Formats: sequence, structure tokens, C-alpha cells
Amino acid sequence: MMRAVFSALSGALFGAGLLVSGMVDTVKVQGWLDVFGAWDPTLAFVMGGAILPMAIAWIVAERRKTSVLGTPIPAKPNQKLDTNLILGSAMFGAGWGLVGLCPGPALAASFLNGVSGLVFLVAMVAAMVATPALRRALTAIGDTAWTSAR
Amino acid sequence: MLEQDWIWGFVGGLMIGGAGALFLLMNGRIMGASGIIGGLVDGSGRSNWGERLAFLAGLVLFPPVLALLYGTVDTRLTDNVWLLIAAGLLVGFGTRIANGCTSGHGVCGISRLSWRGLAATIVYIVAGGVAVVAFRHLFGVI
Repeated sequence: MMRAVFSALSGALFGAGLLVSGMVDTVKVQGWLDVFGAWDPTLAFVMGGAILPMAIAWIVAERRKTSVLGTPIPAKPNQKLDTNLILGSAMFGAGWGLVGLCPGPALAASFLNGVSGLVFLVAMVAAMVATPALRRALTAIGDTAWTSAR
Repeated sequence: MLEQDWIWGFVGGLMIGGAGALFLLMNGRIMGASGIIGGLVDGSGRSNWGERLAFLAGLVLFPPVLALLYGTVDTRLTDNVWLLIAAGLLVGFGTRIANGCTSGHGVCGISRLSWRGLAATIVYIVAGGVAVVAFRHLFGVI
């Protein structure tokens, strides 16, 4: 129960931060990505502001090993760079630039973006639901190519 | 006007980082928007669905309440349906394949000095820049 309470509080504070920082303004986000237009540096200030308290939290968390509510602090994942990380990030970035929405602000502005926002959210969630199947299909194709090549 | 935007950007950033810090220190969880919703809708996060749902409830429901204080919040989102669908699919597939987005890889990853987070952030910012420059200045669509 306490986990749900603090989870909701984190979500609310995250959403408030996205609103206050102006990150729900899609044209502003695109303005930061547009290095050949009227470049808007705001997003760099948002990132800097967000990384500061988060870096302190990591230092504290890694010393404590467990969270206040007793759950383990997630271990640092394998640091190998792989195709999924690079390819997926490239796809995500392209979509982000196209309309100026990434998952956080898209969710925070669910009730502020009108019908357009819903169209984006439905497409995004549909893709998220389909990803495990796509992953399995790609692995299957990869395996066939790999075995037939041998 | 721009300088004021930077200050609000920094203040909002501190709130975003504060939210991530709260989620990590209280719940022991990484605040990644795509991972929280992705794990909920594809079933991989079944073991802690309540925590995910609570986070999303806060994230979706609080900003519109706060927006009332602002009067109107214009998000200036495009109404081009094809762009919205294409972008939604790219963001959905991309973040799940890469296992993170701006909040997970960017905010939580870089602050932990994670090379994967930094690499992902560089790639999606470059890809986003290319998309904006191409579709705005070359094709004139956005």
C-alpha cells in the first residue's frame, strides 16, 4: 500500500515537473532539437536540473542497498552497447522529433493534448503491446538465417 | 522571455529529478516512463502492476489539475493524424526495444554514470534532430 502511495506521489511530481518545465509544449521540444532553426536551449536546463537531485539519490541509494520501503536498489545493468539499444533509440528519437512527444510528457498531457494526443497514445501503447511479439518474430527469423548459414 | 523559460525549465527539471529520487529511495524503482507503462501493457510487469498503475495515475491525473492554475496550457501538438500515428509507433517500439526513453536512459541513466544511458541519449537526440531538420527544413511537413 505504501509503495502505491509513494508511486502515485512520484508520478504526480514527475507530471508537475514536466508541466512547469514547459516540456509538454511540443513545439518547444522540437525547437531544442532544431539546430538549424531558432534553437531553444530550455531542454538542456531541464535535463541538468533533473540529473542533479537524481545523481545525489543514486549515491545515497547505492550506499543503502535497499529502499526505505525495503525493496532492493536495482543493480547497474550490463554496460555493453548492443544493436537493440542503438536501433531502438534511433527509432524513438525519430518519433520524438516528428511530433515533439516522448512517453513522459505524452502521458502527463493526456488531458491537455486533445484528440491528437489520444491518437499518439493509442499508437504508442499498441506498439508497446506488440513489441514482445515483434522481438520473438525477429529472433525466429534471425535463428533461421543463422542455422541455414551453417 | 527566453531566460525566464530557462529558469522554469531548471525548476521543472529539479521536480522531475526529485520525483525520480523519491521513486528510487522510497520504492527502489527506476523512474522510466516507457518502462513503467510498457511493462504494464505487455504483461512483463505483472508482479508490481499496482505500483505501475499508481505512478501512471499520478502522472496522468495531476498535471491537468495543476494546469487549471495556469489557465490554459497550449501544448501546440500537431493535428496531422499520419504524423501522430507514425510518431506514436516509432516511440512505442523504439523505447521498448531500447529499454528506455528520456526519463529512464536520460535522467536516471546519466545521473548514475551509465554508459548505456548516455549512448542511448546521444542516439535519440541526434535522431530527433535529424527528424526535425529533415521534416521541417527539407520536406516542410512540420
